[in-house]
Amino acid sequence: MKIPTSFRIIRLPCTGKIDIIHILRAFEKGADGLYVVGCMEGDCHFNQGNFRARKRVEQAAKILDQVGVGGERVKMYNLSSGEGPLFAQYSIEMVNKIKEMGPSPVRLAKQKMAKQKKATAA
Amino acid sequence: MIIAEKKPIEEIIEEVRNFDRILILGCNECVTVCEAGGKKEVEVLASALRMYFITQGQEKTISEHTLERQCDHEYLEEIRKDIDNYDAIVSLACGVGVQFAAEKYLTMPLLPGVNTVCLGANEDRGLWTERCQACGSCVLARTGGICPVSRCAKRVLNGPCGGSTNGKCELGPDTDCAWQLIIDRLKALDRMDDYEKVAPIKDWSTDRAGGPRTVTREDVNI
Repeated sequence: MKIPTSFRIIRLPCTGKIDIIHILRAFEKGADGLYVVGCMEGDCHFNQGNFRARKRVEQAAKILDQVGVGGERVKMYNLSSGEGPLFAQYSIEMVNKIKEMGPSPVRLAKQKMAKQKKATAA
Repeated sequence: MIIAEKKPIEEIIEEVRNFDRILILGCNECVTVCEAGGKKEVEVLASALRMYFITQGQEKTISEHTLERQCDHEYLEEIRKDIDNYDAIVSLACGVGVQFAAEKYLTMPLLPGVNTVCLGANEDRGLWTERCQACGSCVLARTGGICPVSRCAKRVLNGPCGGSTNGKCELGPDTDCAWQLIIDRLKALDRMDDYEKVAPIKDWSTDRAGGPRTVTREDVNI
């Protein structure tokens, strides 16, 4: 199964490394969606890394809802390292969902601002 | 330490709406430990505000800075050189820090980004509970190290009231009866004789009843 090419993989030593600000910065820079893929719950080498990540993803989603970007644009998945096809399936699922939701309001607003600036300069 | 809670982002958005250049100012002390106003929270709030205002088509400059402490002149001086670059400061410090910064920068609007809750301890991950009300005359020596002023809703000083049931307060099953805790501890210390001693009337003038409090120490005043 092929994975979509419209997303970028950022490797972490453990999903427990991810922080809310990492997720928010991605959206601030114009990402349309983000998903975190951690190990199966209960299988974390560091015991709680994927549980911590889930909490942070939930908090980031809440903030994105509050600022009008949309909390549904961020999601946490769990799978084992041997589940390549499932990774591809999740990727397709997420990419389709984001396509359905359309571009992030942050990206659209940034583009609009850039156009206005260009027009004013000209 | 001082326990604070983050204010809802919506409330902060409304407070800063009319300013264009905003500084989010964190504090490295108590509010960092209780995860309400440290460097991380500053970053998250600044990012959230930036995204909100961008989507509203408003260009605002939202900067971030975290001081070692906001309740000390020396550290607050750090931002003096840049203060003219801002129209308002959102301080994520406790009420003390917000007020101290406001006193220092007289013409700068200072907006609180957290609600200061109490003096407490981190009992468990994500759980902070009150332990002290700064009443100004500590009775812990007599009460086995458990404070009836902060942990008893009625602040009674000579044993439990009639609302104590099965070790719980009449406020609800989640609140321990402070006097039950005191008695249990005095028993463990084999000091139940102390429990029988009637406490003198407490001098509440050292509490808020005497108005804002001041500590003056000539020995450290150089």
